[in-house]
Amino acid sequence: MRSIFSLTGKTILITGASSGIGKAVAQQCAVAGATCIITARNKSRLKHTLDSLEGEGHQMVIADLVDLSSIERLSSELPKLNGVVCCAGVVETKMLKFSEDDDLQQLFYTNAFSVIRLVRILVQQKLLHKESSIVIISSISGVKCGYLGGSIYGATKGALEGFIKATALELAPQKIRVNTIAPGMIETPLLDDSIIDADQLEADKLRYPMKRYGLPGEVGYAAVYLLSDASCWITGISLLLDGGYTLN
Amino acid sequence: MEINEFIKDFADQFDETELDEFKPETNYRDDIDEWSSLTGLAILNMIDKKYGVKLTATDIKDTKTIKDVYNLIVSKK
Repeated sequence: MRSIFSLTGKTILITGASSGIGKAVAQQCAVAGATCIITARNKSRLKHTLDSLEGEGHQMVIADLVDLSSIERLSSELPKLNGVVCCAGVVETKMLKFSEDDDLQQLFYTNAFSVIRLVRILVQQKLLHKESSIVIISSISGVKCGYLGGSIYGATKGALEGFIKATALELAPQKIRVNTIAPGMIETPLLDDSIIDADQLEADKLRYPMKRYGLPGEVGYAAVYLLSDASCWITGISLLLDGGYTLN
Repeated sequence: MEINEFIKDFADQFDETELDEFKPETNYRDDIDEWSSLTGLAILNMIDKKYGVKLTATDIKDTKTIKDVYNLIVSKK
């Protein structure tokens, strides 16, 4: 018997798939039986993800989602989809008093505008089947809590949480669902570039009741659930995935 | 770039501590009561913005005095 949690027969677009959360989401979607279309800016790393996907028929498309024309070109190359997972994003640690308009623009274009523009074009061009699922990677930062130097990052994630509410309402007649996943800190390469040092990271992990950061694959499991028919009556929610961090 | 200017920029990240408490040989973590992760981040952000050098907490981990931080910036410029 086919599991209700299976993605067999579904074609899923995953953005930011060259590393970190996006890569793990693509891998878990493939394990669950989906045909994946993965996108990112970096060709060699994206190819690496493509080669790591279980099963056949997956495709990759190079796109820079900060650029509207690149989003338009991506959409012109897409088949009709059963789901999309928006993972592309950047993290910044800069206190408000030092931030500049360039930071605002870079973070909003990458984290928020790219998602809104992509979902908009998928809807406009009717690239989503009925009963599709849109999943957006948000964060606990800007939604449940904040971190020092994360005011603009948090604002972009808060924007995504706001975006899904009305969008879920507008797409409900087509049974298209729109949800976010709000992870706590996940072990990804973004951490390696962090302004925070290794000892501080280790201390921060202990602030999680589960005593560790999340793994990219664990975001993948949540994404598979929200993409699957098992979550067919869930729309407009933010799925908290934080090892209990925000309980404190 | 001159160390007195840097010390002024460094001190500027603190709200309660007077400028004359900051000297090149000041052991900033131990001697400045107001030192915290927040002022530490402010100093890293200030160095990035004003001096164009991106430092991480790991980079400054082995520095003790304000002069050490200054020398680190000079070495990376």
